[in-house]
Amino acid sequence: MVQGLGKDYDGSEVLKDVSLSVDRGEVLGLVGPTGAGKTTLLRLINLLERPTAGSITFGGLKLTECSDAEKVAIRRRMAMVFQKPVMFSYSVYYNVSYGLKIRGIKDKCEVEAVLKEVGLGSYAHREATTLSGGEAQRVALARAIITKPELLLLDEPTANLDPKMAKIIGDLILRQADGGAAVILATHDMGLCLRLSDRTVVLVNGRLLATGRAEEVLGL
Amino acid sequence: MNEILACLVRAIELIVTLNPEVLGVTSLTLTISIFTTFLGALINLPLGGLIYFRSFRGKGLFIHLIRTLYSIPTVVVGLLIFLLISRSGPLGFLGLMFTPGGMILGQTVLVTPILMSLTISALEGVSRQVRETAISLGANEYQAIMTVVKEARQAILAAVLLGFGRAISEVGVAMMIGGNIRGYTRVLTTAIALNTSMGDIELSLALGIILISLSLIVNLLLGLLLVGIKGQGGIMGPKVR
Repeated sequence: MVQGLGKDYDGSEVLKDVSLSVDRGEVLGLVGPTGAGKTTLLRLINLLERPTAGSITFGGLKLTECSDAEKVAIRRRMAMVFQKPVMFSYSVYYNVSYGLKIRGIKDKCEVEAVLKEVGLGSYAHREATTLSGGEAQRVALARAIITKPELLLLDEPTANLDPKMAKIIGDLILRQADGGAAVILATHDMGLCLRLSDRTVVLVNGRLLATGRAEEVLGL
Repeated sequence: MNEILACLVRAIELIVTLNPEVLGVTSLTLTISIFTTFLGALINLPLGGLIYFRSFRGKGLFIHLIRTLYSIPTVVVGLLIFLLISRSGPLGFLGLMFTPGGMILGQTVLVTPILMSLTISALEGVSRQVRETAISLGANEYQAIMTVVKEARQAILAAVLLGFGRAISEVGVAMMIGGNIRGYTRVLTTAIALNTSMGDIELSLALGIILISLSLIVNLLLGLLLVGIKGQGGIMGPKVR
């Protein structure tokens, strides 16, 4: 849950008084124009940046007051997919199994299955840095969901995908929610938001303008 | 022209017949250069990493200073080390003057700016998003740092090679600290200088050919290593299942 969240960069206000919550099994759509603060909001929730005001609560813990060690433990219950994901310069297999490896999980038999889910079943041994934008985005999603996060933060997860693949990835996101994950989906794609989100929030100039069902807040 | 050709033939003869002097000088050169590179890497790769990953006052200035020391003349380093380890110097009690150990110490000081600053540059070359991605996937600080280091592995290895190149081709420190003692501290570069001044061009040429060949071999080995690293995880990276 995010309460009264604010973020300044050198005096410039990027987010102001943003409050929202997302429950397990729910997909929360986050829509707004470029520069509205969607990515900043996801980064704050993922503890990649410190808010200048407000608080973030996750599983009863106030994240803004946690120690560094606690933050690592909390981050391991989340996963974030960036809009322009960076691939580690090893194989696709290495990239997808990264989250398992750093958690000390030796059993990596799920890697192949997750790659199949994102339509990259035969890509395990490919050099990840040679993938196209769409393929890299799918690997990034596979890398995020393999750890079965309780909170999945997605920043434009279908931006580089064709409509067919976007549908497959949309279905995969829904399966994550059905599996009990809370999903925050930042997107420009109104269709995707309409299809996937249980609730939608509209962010403009760092301020929350509306919250509700996608059809209502998007006027569709 | 004929004279040069005759020198070249004689030089190749010296190499092919495994001339004991040529072998001895080559072996000592390799030993000192490898130890220097190893010691330099052991000290400067972690230090370079520490400087890159930590914030401190005057960090930018410090990095500029290290980069300036790239071009420090080897005789200046030789002189400083000479003052340090000569009998009346603060480290004179170690008895390193005119020993291979002293040469390794001097050359390690010489390769320090190269190894340290190229390590920093290698890490600077890795996108900041790599670290963020690692953190967002649950890496702790150490794991995130190691992920960045692994991403910089090719550039770091190239820095080590450059350090080796600097060590093997160096004359000033080897001459001033080693003293060019036959069979003890005489290395390829100092032997070439001495034999040329004594008019033994064939031997100088033979040693020169070996010196260039060694650099070539090391470069080729590094090339193979880099291909290995890129293709399969290599020496520092995990292997693909």
